Amino acid sequence: MKSFTRELIRLVGRDAVLWRPEDLMLYEYDGLSSLRQPDAVVLPTTTDHVVGIVKFAAREKVPVVARGAGTGLSGGAVTPEGGILIGFSRMKKILEIDLENQRARIQPGVVNLDLSLAVSDQGYFYAPDPSSQKACTIGGNVAENSGGPHTLAYGVTTNHVLGLEVVLPGGEVIHTGAAHWGRPGYDLTGLIVGSEGTLGIVTEITVRLMRKPEAVKTLLAVYDRVLDATRTVAAITARGITPAALEMMDGFTLRAVEDATHAGYPKDSAAVLLIEVEGLLENVEEESDQIEAVCREDHARDVRRAKSNEERELLWRGRKNAFGAIGRISPSYYVQDGVIPRTRLPEMLEFIAGVAEKYKLQIGNIFHAGDGNLHPLLMFDARDEAQHQRVLKAAREIMAKCAEMGGSITGEHGVGIEKNELMPLIFSPDDLDAMRKVKSVFNPAGEFNPAKLLPSGKMCGELRVQVSAGA
Amino acid sequence: MSQVETQPMNATLVKGYGPGEAPTWDFYSKCIHCGLCLNACPTYRELGVEMDSPRGRIYQMIQVERGRLPLAKSFVEHIDLCLDCRSCETACPSGVEYGRLVEAARGQIEKYYRRPLLESALRKFFFHFLLPHRRRLEFAGRVLRFYQRSGLEALTRALLKPFPGRLADVARLAPRMERPFFTERLGTVVPAVGTRRHCVAFFAGCIANLSFARLNEATVRVLAQNGCEVVIPRDQGCCGALHVHAGIRDLARDLARRNLDAFLAEDFDAIITNAAGCGSVLKEYPLLFEKEQPEELERARAFSSRVKDVTEFLAGIEFNREMGAIKARATYQDPCHLSHAQRIRTAPRKLLAAVPGLELVELKESEICCGSAGVYNVAHNEMAERLLAGKMRRVDETGADLILTANPGCLLQLRAGVAGSKSRHRRVMHVVELLDEAYSLRSGHTA
Ligand SMILES: Cc1cc2nc3c(=O)[nH]c(=O)nc-3n(C[C@H](O)[C@H](O)[C@H](O)COP(=O)(O)OP(=O)(O)OC[C@H]3O[C@@H](n4cnc5c(N)ncnc54)[C@H](O)[C@@H]3O)c2cc1C
Ligand code: SF4
Ligand code: SF4
Repeated sequence: MKSFTRELIRLVGRDAVLWRPEDLMLYEYDGLSSLRQPDAVVLPTTTDHVVGIVKFAAREKVPVVARGAGTGLSGGAVTPEGGILIGFSRMKKILEIDLENQRARIQPGVVNLDLSLAVSDQGYFYAPDPSSQKACTIGGNVAENSGGPHTLAYGVTTNHVLGLEVVLPGGEVIHTGAAHWGRPGYDLTGLIVGSEGTLGIVTEITVRLMRKPEAVKTLLAVYDRVLDATRTVAAITARGITPAALEMMDGFTLRAVEDATHAGYPKDSAAVLLIEVEGLLENVEEESDQIEAVCREDHARDVRRAKSNEERELLWRGRKNAFGAIGRISPSYYVQDGVIPRTRLPEMLEFIAGVAEKYKLQIGNIFHAGDGNLHPLLMFDARDEAQHQRVLKAAREIMAKCAEMGGSITGEHGVGIEKNELMPLIFSPDDLDAMRKVKSVFNPAGEFNPAKLLPSGKMCGELRVQVSAGA
Repeated sequence: MSQVETQPMNATLVKGYGPGEAPTWDFYSKCIHCGLCLNACPTYRELGVEMDSPRGRIYQMIQVERGRLPLAKSFVEHIDLCLDCRSCETACPSGVEYGRLVEAARGQIEKYYRRPLLESALRKFFFHFLLPHRRRLEFAGRVLRFYQRSGLEALTRALLKPFPGRLADVARLAPRMERPFFTERLGTVVPAVGTRRHCVAFFAGCIANLSFARLNEATVRVLAQNGCEVVIPRDQGCCGALHVHAGIRDLARDLARRNLDAFLAEDFDAIITNAAGCGSVLKEYPLLFEKEQPEELERARAFSSRVKDVTEFLAGIEFNREMGAIKARATYQDPCHLSHAQRIRTAPRKLLAAVPGLELVELKESEICCGSAGVYNVAHNEMAERLLAGKMRRVDETGADLILTANPGCLLQLRAGVAGSKSRHRRVMHVVELLDEAYSLRSGHTA
């Protein structure tokens, strides 16, 4: 055992430090890729632990990377330069629930869905709902500014975070935001949310809780042509209707999903839209009727409404398990996360089809269509290196197209180690420079989550994914 | 039955897996390391380490195959600590058959890993010497029954108390031996009450014959109340579930063969079990025969297609709703091998909803293991106790005075939980025991 390890054990206890190679090996991957393993994994339970670890790391000049559940899809929770990985899997207490003021104070390791479960009996929920919500941590959500299907109505994580406790690289503990609105000065909370662990380590979060809506209606519109489905998306919003969620899956994806979950998606269709409206009972009925009319105008073959809560949950289960369902039919896949103006969806779909043909790949499409957030799923077999390279090229082309359309290279999965070299596609040198300056204020030595988010300038314009071996 | 000696070869492997069933690419490559299973895994929830998560366990299996990780202590510990509860299969969107993977990995461990002497001797005694043999089991049952009723047990407990470690906790888990043993009923046929509408075979289990004799009796009565003629084949025996979970696959195959012979002799409408753990393995017998003769695989398939959990069977027929009222606030714990391995969640709830007077409150996280998991609570008592404590906290939230479940192992575990809690008045029952009570209340005579 190295003295390094001994010191960590002294700080947090023997049981909270992993240092054997056979254990560290299990921290070389996250939801995206597998890379170099950390030198040690530490599992703190208190902010004091984190402060101790961070100070120690600063003395030793080793990188520090935070990890929630490791469901991230941009390699954020792996340690490309080694160092100490701080895992939040044991820091998962709900510290305070204050329903009168609709807020909760939690530790960062609390699993997204567990928070909703804790307040559901009282009629509340935590709104940001990434498809990974049954496993991902709210700390990870904060770092990635995660969204989900209901982002359309509720916004992303940053809209639901009221305040943070953050440990800075020198071990200082700062408190940002407030439990209520109206705190003067810079919006540091907004700055930290989405910073992917490059500015500070989040050790406590105050979030907003929402009241469950009085009524929810879920519609499934079925199409024989993908193009018609994409037209509906623009048409619905053009009429001034804002659904709570507006999701699209193409035929290929929905067939995999149906085989996996038996949620009731018609397997012979070319695309479906999953649309949800919520609010007061009478409005919901009226909006559903309007939406149905729009769908039919755009040649929807069928528009079904979930008749029970079970049916609704089943449809959502299908949607939320979509990425995984692809795992059944393809040994590996690479999920992309681009954003475009939703009016250009039809054009983008054609483009993706062209890319698939050009690189001889199978690409499934699943979109948070309402936000114009695309998740093309590029399928391949990791054992086939040539195919893997084609996947990276294809993904790169799709990203460039998103940027060209005035969109973004990531909607919610973050930049991490995957896309940092693509940042110049959407930001000017001055933009990036401003970001670097911010980073240097918080994280001057660059020891917090190094080599991520901002371009290193070394591998210009490349996507970096090393898909985990054997999976 | 001829006992095949599955002497572990104990050849220390240099790298990778040895000959025999092992986790293979076809199955592990479905894992896309998305991590969606993490929070569904009881051991990950407790320990918060990747090594004790489903994703991590699969990754370790892959690394052993690749020769990056030896088939040695660290690997064995993490694979051993898995409850084989299959909760990760429910959570997994990618359709990873985790049970199949872990059972294959354990097969490798059994063959190629040398366990400490005492552990290895205990395993041999329990899995090879005791479970497969009805006579020996009955003998042991009688000894245990004497021990439990003569006051010796109380004495031993008192003696164990001052000792450190978990001996006293484990001793508390020994199942109560009931009188008479259900083995007396093997080879008999129980006629249907009223018109005979189904002819079913009852799978009675091994230890359950001794310590859940009353549950077995109740199951047969409930089936009879539902127009079933119930045949209890004499030559049946242990299903081999514990062997499959322990990686003792050759012996499990032999036990399976005995049951194929016993149950395929006649053409039953269904083969019924009240034990979710047995049921899931009975339904998965074909997995044991994939590499055997095709005819055997066919027989295993024919057998498995008929196996039904008692709740599944009843909910699938026009079941008898003539029940007396049972006034209680109840909650239902999903047995892992029913809800995850067999994907049966609505059937027991449907039956419970038909019991007049019963108020069913949903148990939060009812699909998380209570820590029973076969012999897990003995082998990994500390983890099992942690899970049980969490379970009892959730039970407390419901305010239920009746805890229902559908698997003997869970009954034992939950009873231990109630005995160790403040609300010791709470009853723990199998769903069919409740039905039995409801039927007997209606027909006026006691069960
Ligand atoms: C099947 C699947 C579906 C998904 N669907 C969605 C979706 O719909 N929407 C979406 O937005 N994302 C989605 N994701 C991506 C991922 O789940 C989210 O990014 C999630 O927020 C990551 O949470 P985590 O706890 O797993 O974090 P990790 O993956 O462990 O970490 C992610 C990043 O957060 C940092 N971090 C973690 N904890 C802290 C902390 N306490 N302080 C500072 N930094 C921290 C890490 O360093 C890392 O950079 C999906 C992923 C999968 C596998
Ligand atoms: S079977 Fe249960 S204990 Fe084992 S990995 Fe899966 S969820 Fe965890
Ligand atoms: S949910 Fe399934 S695919 Fe995802 S990590 Fe777990 S086992 Fe692998």
